[in-house]
Amino acid sequence: MSRTTVGALALAALVLPLAACVDNDPAAGASTAALTVSSTADACTVSSATAESGTLTFQVTNDGSDVTEFYLLGEDGLRVVSEVENIGPGITRDLVVQVRPGTYFTACKPGMVGDGIRAQFTVTDSGDDVGPSGDVAEQLTTAEAQYVAYVKDQVGALIAGTQEFAAAYKAGDDEQARALYAATRVHWERVEPVAESFGDLDPLTDAREADLEDGQTWSGWHYLEKDLWPPLAADNGGQEYVPLTDAERTKAADDLVGWTQDLVDQVNDPDFTFEAFQISNGAKELLDEVATGKVTGEEEIWSHTDLWDFQANVDGARVAYEVLADVVEAQDPDLAATLLERFAALDALLAEQGSVEAGFTPYDELTEQEVKALSTAVDALSEPLSELTAVVTGA
Amino acid sequence: MTEETSAAEPRGISRRALLGGGLLGAAAVGAAGFGLGRATTGEASAGAATPGTFAFTGEHQAGIVTPAQDRLYLAAFDVTTNDRDDLVALLQRWTTIAARLTQGLAAGSYGPSSGPYDAPPDDTGEVADLPPAGLTITFGFGRSLFVTPDGTDRFGLADRLPDALVELPHFPADNLDPARCDGDLVVQACADDPQVAVHAIRNLSRAAFGAATIRWTQLGYGRTSSTSTAQRTPRNLFGFKDGTANLKAEDPAHVAEHVWVPAAAAAADSRDSAWLTGGSYLVARRIRMTIETWDRTSLREQEALVGRTKGEGAPLSGGTEFTEPDFAVTGRDDQPLVAMNSHVRLAHPTHNGGVRMLRRGYNFTDGNDALGRLDAGLFFLAFVTDPRTHYIPMQNTLSRDDGLMEYLQHTGSGLFAVPPGLPDGSLVVGEDGTPITTSASPFVGQALFA
Repeated sequence: MSRTTVGALALAALVLPLAACVDNDPAAGASTAALTVSSTADACTVSSATAESGTLTFQVTNDGSDVTEFYLLGEDGLRVVSEVENIGPGITRDLVVQVRPGTYFTACKPGMVGDGIRAQFTVTDSGDDVGPSGDVAEQLTTAEAQYVAYVKDQVGALIAGTQEFAAAYKAGDDEQARALYAATRVHWERVEPVAESFGDLDPLTDAREADLEDGQTWSGWHYLEKDLWPPLAADNGGQEYVPLTDAERTKAADDLVGWTQDLVDQVNDPDFTFEAFQISNGAKELLDEVATGKVTGEEEIWSHTDLWDFQANVDGARVAYEVLADVVEAQDPDLAATLLERFAALDALLAEQGSVEAGFTPYDELTEQEVKALSTAVDALSEPLSELTAVVTGA
Repeated sequence: MTEETSAAEPRGISRRALLGGGLLGAAAVGAAGFGLGRATTGEASAGAATPGTFAFTGEHQAGIVTPAQDRLYLAAFDVTTNDRDDLVALLQRWTTIAARLTQGLAAGSYGPSSGPYDAPPDDTGEVADLPPAGLTITFGFGRSLFVTPDGTDRFGLADRLPDALVELPHFPADNLDPARCDGDLVVQACADDPQVAVHAIRNLSRAAFGAATIRWTQLGYGRTSSTSTAQRTPRNLFGFKDGTANLKAEDPAHVAEHVWVPAAAAAADSRDSAWLTGGSYLVARRIRMTIETWDRTSLREQEALVGRTKGEGAPLSGGTEFTEPDFAVTGRDDQPLVAMNSHVRLAHPTHNGGVRMLRRGYNFTDGNDALGRLDAGLFFLAFVTDPRTHYIPMQNTLSRDDGLMEYLQHTGSGLFAVPPGLPDGSLVVGEDGTPITTSASPFVGQALFA
């Protein structure tokens, strides 16, 4: 699991980026014009009422005493081209947006209520090419539906596997439980950002021993992992490991199944949605998980099945990218090409060590060079992947 | 080396008096201070053209409320002798050397390039041409000096162990390397020039051979806290201002409340800890930052996790850097602008029973790991009146709930009792007016051994 119970997703959920075509690459050619906006209780002063088409930066300063928002609206005054929200008094925040020639409206919304203080804003043709003009709303809706379907599929496999694992473990069939452990966890690791968005479920089911506070009760997968791969005293802080009793085994296994069922129920709730920016943030987070936990061998410290988790995180990130690929290819074909190439390179490296179906090399048997090569490939993929959210929210 | 000063010529007045003629004036001021008993506390004594010196003696040790210098070299030592007298003699030597070095003098009376030709110089010499660079040297005692983990009382000090000098608990997600933890003694050397700070530890380590040996050390740069209102707030390796709300020297009432150990602490202790009255506790934590993943994080998330803007350092609830955060202000969907798991919210005194710390941390970069990632982060140093109230609860909260923990890993740790300062005018000086070590020399922490 991540080291924190409230991940970036929960934070990202506070805000809702809408439309705009943001070019992340300053060298991409579009002209950059700096405009300042001062938002007060009764005024929304933009430094210019016109600009040339291209990448515009609105530097929005809240000079009032209420929290404010700034919008760039379409000619109809309804369509939100882009926005920046939650600007506290005295704070300045940038809105970077690609704008085509046309008539727009700027609007400040002090107190975040009402229609805002509006003014017409005209964008003249600079002659520069300003991205595609297709309506991407449909693509994003499709992406979200595809991703939710993937999540449901994975948690379905997860609960089935967890029940089978729990039954074997409770029955004392440790060999069968060990065989099911990594292959079942794969389904969890593929959609971990979703699980993390449900608060307590992640620490309850996926906490490592080192994540705990003094005196805190441990539960979940890694609690059972340690019991199935009991450490020598030397690897256990000098303490002789005490196996769980039958009663402890039963409780731990039943708890795990119960929490997993909670996850299944929440994902299958008709109100469950996962928005495009959450999908793209989730892809980045999955790679962060690999970079901080798996590549160091800290996740599966007793079973050394880290490569299953590693592969699953990469699978989850790839699926997240793939459901968004149409949008990315339209907005930033170079980024799309780079991501495809680097996903393939990382998958090829992983394939040298096995597969989810056939099993992987135990992590403690990898050479330093192999770990370094995997880590380098993760870094190479993570860097461009970190641009994904800005592209998607700008689409 | 010899401590005798029988020669007629004053020796080792100052490395600069001999080698840096242009700085002679400032050096003479530093040297002259001893015989008279220095009256300045915490103010640099040099002119505007050169970095100054800070008084070594005073009610409290220097290097705590002293305006944070730019560089750090901190060393934890294991005491290798089991003889209490040897330990006392070490502390006497250290105190003399620290008093000398902090005033711009060489470690010994001869200095780096004088003395018997067949003897090694009594100062290692690499700062001979450098100004004192505001050097301060601060000493502290670890719990293991009083009682070892297996319960041994090596020096007859077990009945003087302060209750607050506890073993720090395991905090969530701790990944401590025993080779970077604890120690019987600690020496914090701070200066505006890293070579001056390293020189201090090097010469103190040399003077310790036979009595103590280095256990671990930490180099730091780019002070991450300001301890004076005259200093601008520096930035940590996340690129954010760090220590905006830190205790400052100009706020003596709060410093007295939150930093110094009051007489009442000894009165409440189960053992006799009056020797620590007027001292403090130093918490040291080596906090590695996974800066590579941090750098891939959107500005939105970075600011949300910290709870402040990256540029100005203003709380997201509004205002400028020194505006108090307003945790009640909400934005879209009635969510607080300063997120519930943001660092500024969880670390704020209002969420920690009103406790504050005097932080004195530094950035570090200790090369790279095997994966090609920088082994970099924040070497957290804080001085507090009682770690049980002023550090442990807050760290538990942060380690458990702080969103930044996703990018942090604590890899080293130490807690030390920092004795009060040496009284002004108490140093034993030789014929040249500079401190020397005799059996009567006073030393930092002397009351512990009384």
